Amino acid sequence: MQLISSLTDGLLLGFVYGVAAMGLTLIWGVMTVINLAHGPVIALGMFGTYLFFTHLGLNPYLALAPVALFGLLLGFIIYGMAVHRVINAPHLSSLLATFAVNMIIIGLGTAIFSTSPQNIDYSLGSMQIGFLTIPFSRLLATLGAVLFTAALYLFLYFTRPGKAIRAVANNRRAAELMGIPSSQVLALSFGLGTMLAAVAGGLIATFFPFTILSGGPYELKSFVICVLGGLGNPLGALLGGLILGGLEGLIPTFMPVSWVPVVEFGLFVLVLLVKPSGLLGAK
Amino acid sequence: MKFWRQPGFWLPLALVFLWGGIVLVLKQDTIRETTFTVMMFMALASSLNILLGYTGYVSFGHIVFFGLGGYTGFFLISEMGWPLYPAALAGGALSGVIALLVGLAVLRLRGAYFALATIGINEAARAFVSNFGPFGGATGLFVNFSAYEKYGGAGQALWTTFTFLWITTLVVLLVSYLVKHSRFGLGLQAIREDEDAAMVMGVQAPRAKTITYVISAFFPGIIGTLYFFKNGNVEPGDAFQLHMSIEMLVMVMLGGMGTVLGPMVGATAYQGLRGYLLTSPIFKDLHLAVAGLILLLIILFVPAGAVGWVRGRLPALRRVLE
Repeated sequence: MQLISSLTDGLLLGFVYGVAAMGLTLIWGVMTVINLAHGPVIALGMFGTYLFFTHLGLNPYLALAPVALFGLLLGFIIYGMAVHRVINAPHLSSLLATFAVNMIIIGLGTAIFSTSPQNIDYSLGSMQIGFLTIPFSRLLATLGAVLFTAALYLFLYFTRPGKAIRAVANNRRAAELMGIPSSQVLALSFGLGTMLAAVAGGLIATFFPFTILSGGPYELKSFVICVLGGLGNPLGALLGGLILGGLEGLIPTFMPVSWVPVVEFGLFVLVLLVKPSGLLGAK
Repeated sequence: MKFWRQPGFWLPLALVFLWGGIVLVLKQDTIRETTFTVMMFMALASSLNILLGYTGYVSFGHIVFFGLGGYTGFFLISEMGWPLYPAALAGGALSGVIALLVGLAVLRLRGAYFALATIGINEAARAFVSNFGPFGGATGLFVNFSAYEKYGGAGQALWTTFTFLWITTLVVLLVSYLVKHSRFGLGLQAIREDEDAAMVMGVQAPRAKTITYVISAFFPGIIGTLYFFKNGNVEPGDAFQLHMSIEMLVMVMLGGMGTVLGPMVGATAYQGLRGYLLTSPIFKDLHLAVAGLILLLIILFVPAGAVGWVRGRLPALRRVLE
């Protein structure tokens, strides 16, 4: 009983983790850049939803649309400012460049929002299925996560810009020779990645309180998920999110909660060592 | 080439020697505290540079060795009653052993995969120590005040710790120079440029990388013990700050990676800048954002760092600015 209800809880959260991780893995897959500004963008998504809700009275779920748009634009800006120049440089440069963006966002965010916790005061009650009690906010967040995943899939496989992204991910030089403007495609993929992060942040904000620093833990979780699912594999990221969410639900039933990160990061290092292509990846 | 005839060998050592010596003569507490922080980061950044700058492996979680070594040394001092010197060396030795074990596995990864794995190791270690009973769990450990009496009271103990740190920094710089100019160091630099080609040329890459990893983990372990002994307590949040890891990387980049002098310059400049931003009335609230902007500009426009830039512009100075 207890086991099933905490597993459900974890899995529902796992979908949202999956969306955040998809953003990270998309950026890695297309341009082999690890975006260390991922966490702050998640936090900005949280604050975006919060501001739309408290100041404009917009329903937090409807607020996801403008938040997504902001995420996309923010991604273009970050790409143009920080990433474009170091795209062909060694990994250290792009890691530090995105980390610099991380510092800028956190610095500005702390100055504007301070670090006191906020929350979105919007309750939907919960649903009873047999012995399971599921808050509606979790259910809607899961639904949102699934919708965004489906939209991303359709975009990548059935539209021209989506196909261009996959072509550049496969082989940038060949794609350029075929006349694909790779800079624009890279900027677009970076924008999509940050958009997913902002949306995930918005969804998380509907059920957990947050500060401008809250993105950090989700960024670390996204790393774990990406590695579980295979870096650069969006579908794997969703699966990895479910695995991580499931673990977070299950572990506390037979171990103290504080051991959860030990298991998570232990698993992370182990997968990197044994199967760096991820659980889904081909050998 | 006899290294003691090279000005580049003497310059960093002389600077640190003079600086520490002057502080010891002046005997002022505030100056000592400032110098302690700067020298600590100098030594940390230099030991990271041995791995990052010479071998090209980006360790994003290098602070894990500072934390684990610090915890071990602190545990030996406060719970076992060991004196400071052997405890600090034991902290360093433990960090080295852990680096050896971890390195055998993790150093097979390259590029961003290695960087991610080191972040994972740092987080796993932090989470583990938070749950580890003998190390005090999430609240950490406190030093018994009587432990300072062996060194003539708390005030005197701080000076002893400073002297030890000063010597450690000198040793790190010496090792950094010697590694860079040895046959071993040339092998490392070959790995940095192209690992497969280096192996074809007969560099035993796995062994060389592991030795380097151990060297660059040993010193942070010592420094961790000194730092937490000075503070009087140690807790998981302080010991494994991912942020500090990245600050170390920033300092190496700022000064110029792969140079002996670079991490020194970088650590001094970064600490000076941070001190200025934190106290200035205009930037006080925005210090993180301004620091981030400066970092971004350096990465985009001066990727070789300060020392690397000067070396590129003025070839005559290359023998002095190693």
